[in-house]
Amino acid sequence: MNYNWNWGIFFEASPEGNGTYADMLLSGLMWTIVTALCAWVIAFAVGSVIGVLRTLPGRGAQMVGNAYVELFRNIPLLVQMFLWYFVLPEVLPESWGTWLKQLPNAPFYTAVVCLGFFTASRVAEQVRAGIQALPRGQRMAGTALGLTTAQTYRYVLLPNAYRIILPPLTSEFLNNLKNTSVALTIGLLELTARARAMQEFSFQVFEAFTAATVIYIIINLIVVTVAGVIERRVAVPGR
Amino acid sequence: MGLGLAMFSNFDFSVILNSWRYLFFDGMAFTLTLTALAAIGGVVLGTLIAMMRLSGLPVLPQVAKAYVNFMRSLPLVLVIFWFYFLVPYIGQWIIGSERPIQVGAFSSSLITFTLFEAAYFSEIMRAGIQSIPKGQSAAASALGLTYWQSMGSIILPQAFRNMLPVLLTQTIVLFQDTSLVYVLSITDFLGAASKIAQRDGRLVEMYVFAAIVYFAICFIASLLVRRLQRRVAIIR
Repeated sequence: MNYNWNWGIFFEASPEGNGTYADMLLSGLMWTIVTALCAWVIAFAVGSVIGVLRTLPGRGAQMVGNAYVELFRNIPLLVQMFLWYFVLPEVLPESWGTWLKQLPNAPFYTAVVCLGFFTASRVAEQVRAGIQALPRGQRMAGTALGLTTAQTYRYVLLPNAYRIILPPLTSEFLNNLKNTSVALTIGLLELTARARAMQEFSFQVFEAFTAATVIYIIINLIVVTVAGVIERRVAVPGR
Repeated sequence: MGLGLAMFSNFDFSVILNSWRYLFFDGMAFTLTLTALAAIGGVVLGTLIAMMRLSGLPVLPQVAKAYVNFMRSLPLVLVIFWFYFLVPYIGQWIIGSERPIQVGAFSSSLITFTLFEAAYFSEIMRAGIQSIPKGQSAAASALGLTYWQSMGSIILPQAFRNMLPVLLTQTIVLFQDTSLVYVLSITDFLGAASKIAQRDGRLVEMYVFAAIVYFAICFIASLLVRRLQRRVAIIR
């Protein structure tokens, strides 16, 4: 292989003029993490609501929940990114569209909203599965105790369901984190984008991608470890 | 209503009418070919990885597990870039040529998706193989069948049948994921739509149309998978 390895490249100044290539990758990592966390807040909140809707007795609520999940699961994430970024500002009333286009950090906000709503459809599936995995008696017991439907969900069903679905939620969180890389197409300077830029500036393809790969693996390990700790902390005693 | 009007007052359907041949015969043909070949390659490779992982031989299970976990912790976009730059060098190394060999966009993405999806398909096939009661492979070896005979004619056919809906669902995911070859400026369906969009300045029309086409295909495909799921379920 006639490739010129140069592992020292990370400590050389990047042509952007504000630090080394290592700094460039770390700022990418920062954007990846911040985007993933903000998107997760939306995904968890919206996903929980949609998941609950799909388990309510009313047909209308179920239909809304199902429609949401079908809509967001059957369009590729990249296309959704383009819809939010390129199409939404054009179809809104003109003043809103202009405001959106002039927003500083527009790729970041777009990525957060897009990933949030996309991941919400997956979280909703898990929340529904978690609630449906509970014995029917729990809901009935809630009703028998005189709790309203909202109270039954708040105090009985959801606390149990979240505990059951913690492992699949962890893997959805990891997917969400990996999916932030799709936002490089709309100009978010996250980790993969920065590794790609480093490759373009320095021609050290394999060093740049190796570094990004190692960083992704480390984040994965950290998330899995933290999720394991949370799982043990919140486990229902005696189950 | 005002929103609806604003949305469609400038909507130019002619841009779609003028470009649909390019979109479907160039773009969608690429997307579907890539999806089909990568799904077949991914299932074959994934099955082999699952067999390695369940083999109980030394080293092989660890290698298989490491491969699956490695692939699953990386974003697909990064893997697409990796292979795009790596495959020419691997080709050079295999053939022993002087310079990195030129690999077309199609081969590069086919290799990427096959190897990447194999990790996901292998997890499905592992569950499929494990869903077959142990007594069956024991019975097969009692009858004097070799490992490959019992896998080939007893375990795998049932594992495939049990897992067919899940494999197809994963193939729908793969179909959606192929849109990411956009990052290599390849003319898949989305790439074609995006090229027309930029050429004619019709981003709204082309991206909305692309979304509708993807939605229609994936929605119908997942309905069919659900019907199939009810049909093929083995009654126990």
